[in-house]
Amino acid sequence: MKKEFKVITELIPNNTRVLDVGCGDGSLMNLLEKEKNIEVRGLELNQDNVQQCIHKGLPVIQGNAETELHQFPDQSFDYVVLSQTLQAFYNPEKVLKELLRIGKSVIISIPNFGYWKVRTKLLFFGKMPVTKTLPNTWYNTPNLHMCTIKDLFNFCDEKNINIKKVVGVNEDHTSLIKRSNLEIKNLFSKLGIFLIG
Amino acid sequence: MPSLAGLFFWMNSKTENIKKLVISKPLKLDCGKTINNFPLAYETYGKLNENKDNAVLVFHALTGDQFVTGTNPITNKEGWWVTAVGPGKAIDTNKYFVICANVIGGCMGSLGPRDINPETKQPYGLDFPVITIKDMVRAQETLLEYLGIKKLLCATGGSMGGMQLLQFCATFPDKTFSAIPIACSSSHSAQNIALNELARQAIMADPVWDKGKYFLKNVQPKNGLAVARMVGHISYLSEKGMQEKFGRKLQEKADYEFSFNADFQVESYLRHQGYAFVERFDANSVLYISRAMDYFDLSKQFKGGLVEAFKTQKTKFLIISFSSDWLYTTKENKDIVIALNSSGADVSFSEIITDKGHDSFLLNVPEFLKTLKSFIDSMHDKFKNEKRI
Repeated sequence: MKKEFKVITELIPNNTRVLDVGCGDGSLMNLLEKEKNIEVRGLELNQDNVQQCIHKGLPVIQGNAETELHQFPDQSFDYVVLSQTLQAFYNPEKVLKELLRIGKSVIISIPNFGYWKVRTKLLFFGKMPVTKTLPNTWYNTPNLHMCTIKDLFNFCDEKNINIKKVVGVNEDHTSLIKRSNLEIKNLFSKLGIFLIG
Repeated sequence: MPSLAGLFFWMNSKTENIKKLVISKPLKLDCGKTINNFPLAYETYGKLNENKDNAVLVFHALTGDQFVTGTNPITNKEGWWVTAVGPGKAIDTNKYFVICANVIGGCMGSLGPRDINPETKQPYGLDFPVITIKDMVRAQETLLEYLGIKKLLCATGGSMGGMQLLQFCATFPDKTFSAIPIACSSSHSAQNIALNELARQAIMADPVWDKGKYFLKNVQPKNGLAVARMVGHISYLSEKGMQEKFGRKLQEKADYEFSFNADFQVESYLRHQGYAFVERFDANSVLYISRAMDYFDLSKQFKGGLVEAFKTQKTKFLIISFSSDWLYTTKENKDIVIALNSSGADVSFSEIITDKGHDSFLLNVPEFLKTLKSFIDSMHDKFKNEKRI
């Protein structure tokens, strides 16, 4: 989702240092480097994606975010970005802790399981929802820990993690999410982007 | 038997077509001794462009030499990295100016144990000073000075070549824009020291070796040197790769011979590799170069360890390891990545999945060559831009 990268790019100031965890083919890093003169680093598991990043001249480390974040020193990045992968980890809580250790701030985006289409599919058809943002079926999905925007909101509160900003994304439309409008935004956002730390 | 003078005339005539730089500037070695007026043999491929932004320095491994690609004029065989370097290859000599020097301690024209010791007027043999990876690298830096290259586009090397490269970056932090250490380590592991010791013991156990004075009789401790090479060859392959290549296949025979001849293909392969090596390499050079590898420990040179070694790095690194390499494992390579990360350096890392073991960097492993090419080409674009600014 290109809109997502646009929102993330807007959240990060110029000339900072950013680690993109699960950086894919480097699209976001490319954007950050070109538009904001940001010093980027990527961590990526997939060989083809690593290859593509190198081809673009983007620094990337091949490795697994679940087990290899320890190699990055404390507070060594201004921002750490994790795009739509938190739900795929065996232990999202541990990963999140690591991200907060490495980055002064952390940006996490999640596919929102509270989106109304997801809810109605489960409610009316009694089946695990398959949507554009959640394209896999229950038996082959990499998403082990699906959550809603509200869940992550509550999680941060419980763990005393400071929420600086939350943006809801629905196609091209974005909106700020606060405690006051959480219920409604949790229903109408496909994606939640959290700036925390 | 030819006279001693005759022997070295022959050696000189054999190597007279080699490019050599005689370095007159004294080089104080880590062991405390100083060498001066010593030859450093090298070769170049491609052309240095006007902006001097296309120079690539290659560091060779233990048994390598300066003849990276094309035909080695001494052995008449292909250069050792012909898979990666040459016209249209990953390191494209139509585009890049590739430089490689024979390490000191070697036997392809650079100062080594079979050269004449000016003090005794006899070949050095074991009087040759014990050299280190740092000594090798400092000698090569003089070559860059001579060639008029202030900053390389890239420096690369596998195995001991990678170790030289790490040393080069730590000692000369601003001499290369990018660096690709391949299948190497920042300090030689116990296992690697043990394997090197096995190779050295094989040479020294050969009675012909004669405490390194075999050259006086114009002979080579062939059997010991061949065994040393066999040890190396086993360590360059993976268990799976070896099983797939040889299995229990017999060498041109239907059944066992009930003897100690080379019944199995793998035996025949090792013997062939061992004795072919004897033709092109000097036994004392193996002792000296393998010792340099064992002494290599970059973290020991800097208070505060490896992180400190890379503290002032501006160089952009790409570390490459191979999944089936048990000599310089992915973990050892990752330790370098971690240190570079901790010092805030610009570092990329890729582990290439292959069964071909440590040897992978010399072989046609497409994923590896593609990665190499992608990185160098993208670095060239960045370097050109930086130079323009």
